[in-house]
Amino acid sequence: MIAAEGLVKSFDGVQAVRGVALHAADGAITGLLGPNGAGKSTTLRMLCTVLVPDSGEAWIDGAHTVREPLEARRRLGVLTHDSGLYPHLTARENILYFAELHGMARAARERRADELVEWLEMQSFASRRARGFSQGQRIKTALARALVHGPRNVLLDEPTNGLDVMAVRNLRALLARLRDAGHCVLFSSHVMQEVSALCDVVVVLARGAVVARGTPAELRGATGCESLEDAFVKLIGTDEGLG
Amino acid sequence: MAWRPALAAMATVWRKEVRESLRDRRTLVSALLFGPLFGPLILAASLQFLVQRTAEEADQRLSLAIRHAERAPQLVAWLEARNVDVRRVTLDEAATRQAVLTRAWPLVLSIPEDFAARLEGARPAPLLLYSDASASRTDRDGARVRSLIAQYGASIARLRLLARGVDPLLQAPIAVQDIDVSTPQSRSVTVLGMLSYLVLLAMILGGLYLAIDATAGERERHSLEPLLATPVPREALIYGKIAASATFMLLSLVLTMVACAVALRFVALENFGMSARLDAGVVARIILATAPLAPAAAGLMTVVASFTRSYREAQTWLGVVMLVPTLPIVFVGLADLQPSLGLMAVPSLGQHFLITALLRGDAITPLYALVSVASSLALGGAFAWLAGRLYRRESLLG
Repeated sequence: MIAAEGLVKSFDGVQAVRGVALHAADGAITGLLGPNGAGKSTTLRMLCTVLVPDSGEAWIDGAHTVREPLEARRRLGVLTHDSGLYPHLTARENILYFAELHGMARAARERRADELVEWLEMQSFASRRARGFSQGQRIKTALARALVHGPRNVLLDEPTNGLDVMAVRNLRALLARLRDAGHCVLFSSHVMQEVSALCDVVVVLARGAVVARGTPAELRGATGCESLEDAFVKLIGTDEGLG
Repeated sequence: MAWRPALAAMATVWRKEVRESLRDRRTLVSALLFGPLFGPLILAASLQFLVQRTAEEADQRLSLAIRHAERAPQLVAWLEARNVDVRRVTLDEAATRQAVLTRAWPLVLSIPEDFAARLEGARPAPLLLYSDASASRTDRDGARVRSLIAQYGASIARLRLLARGVDPLLQAPIAVQDIDVSTPQSRSVTVLGMLSYLVLLAMILGGLYLAIDATAGERERHSLEPLLATPVPREALIYGKIAASATFMLLSLVLTMVACAVALRFVALENFGMSARLDAGVVARIILATAPLAPAAAGLMTVVASFTRSYREAQTWLGVVMLVPTLPIVFVGLADLQPSLGLMAVPSLGQHFLITALLRGDAITPLYALVSVASSLALGGAFAWLAGRLYRRESLLG
């Protein structure tokens, strides 16, 4: 479970996030939807403790992100929008490195890597070096790395950016499986179809603030729009930056 | 920071960085090939060149062209008796100048018509020596000719004084005697002075790419953010990276020293009355004396690379910054400073003095060695601390 209240963050005097509150429940996929520059990435970076909010608070399963950042990180798996693999390490070594950083014992690391390789169907490339991986292989490796310590909460920042159709379909299926396994999944996107196809709850961000929240159906109902896309345009007041 | 998990994480980061670098051709080539191979090669080649040139010069007879040799047969005979290769030439003034300039006759001695007459009359007898002072080679030969002629003149002066009943020794109130106390080792040190310079450069080069890769490279590949989201204190991450860079520097240092010892075997220093004391014991001691500088160098490289935005920018900066540790050595060489407690405390300078002393076979004051090691390690600690601070900045992610 991820909760945040009144998050504010400025860079060089420009407010990127102004008072974001959100709640992402276990066993559900929560989508953070907004145009580019709405503050999605900044919000997620505060949730994963990489950035410290100017004001406001956030908790990961009750662990405070500023006061106990290491606790919060232990409960969180993070997939950044660029997979950021180490090209000279194999997929498996990439996974094991993060398992080790999470302080897992050797036997547990190996076992968990085996599990993830099987679960994500990575057998064909698990022992190849990451240089030259396809997008699908990269995203799977990065996801395995994010999940290696068995976090209940998973944060994904624009995970489908730059992925081809097959990789996107794959990722969607994986996120659904995570939800069904009881995880709290929070991901950001500026792509409407993705959010409407996948999310149980949508939080719409525009210019650094939450402008609406609810299930896709609720959002359509509240705005009186037929499609989520129209609802979205109406909510953020502009059709700039939509994918 | 809880120590045990932080140390474990440091070790994890260190292992991963070392493993990745061992698989990266660029890092490997710069760490294990460029420094350790080219440094000693350059050293050996330039030494060989020096040795050969000096040996050739010692053998060479001094050759001197003389115009109107018939006007001073005694002088010519005297010069020939002192191993001067005298060539009698007939050239006019303009042709003489031309011959000197074109090096056809680098040195021409011209004997004026009234030479014999003035000598007989005990008046100063002029001689004209044509040389090109801008050419270092003929300059040295010219000095030899001048000194030989001066000796000839002095012997005539002695005879004249004796003929007038004056003790020639009155003319020599002071006699300076040169006593050369240099040992073969200390003589070779002036030449081997560049060894410490090369060793430091090769060592730093060894860890350079790892330092860039672990900081600017990591950020450019976007692997930094997931890394920062792991439950590891940021200091532990950066300390592990610095340690990995220092490890590669040490590796490069060891290889460079071994390569130097091997390369110098092929230089015929012994023929020349020099000996490079670079046996296993000295090599080991030089490594021990230089190693404490590795953390400081790795820390410096990491701190600078942490400021930069991209791999390329880091490369540009570090190419310049890697010269910084060698600056004190250049300065000391120019100012000809001797080791003192204060200078030993300057990192890289302390190493330079220790290396030089080891090469000369001089005794090393334990306090000096201790000061050098302690100050280098302290600087390494300071840089590591600074890198840790930099890694806590939020702007790190760019």
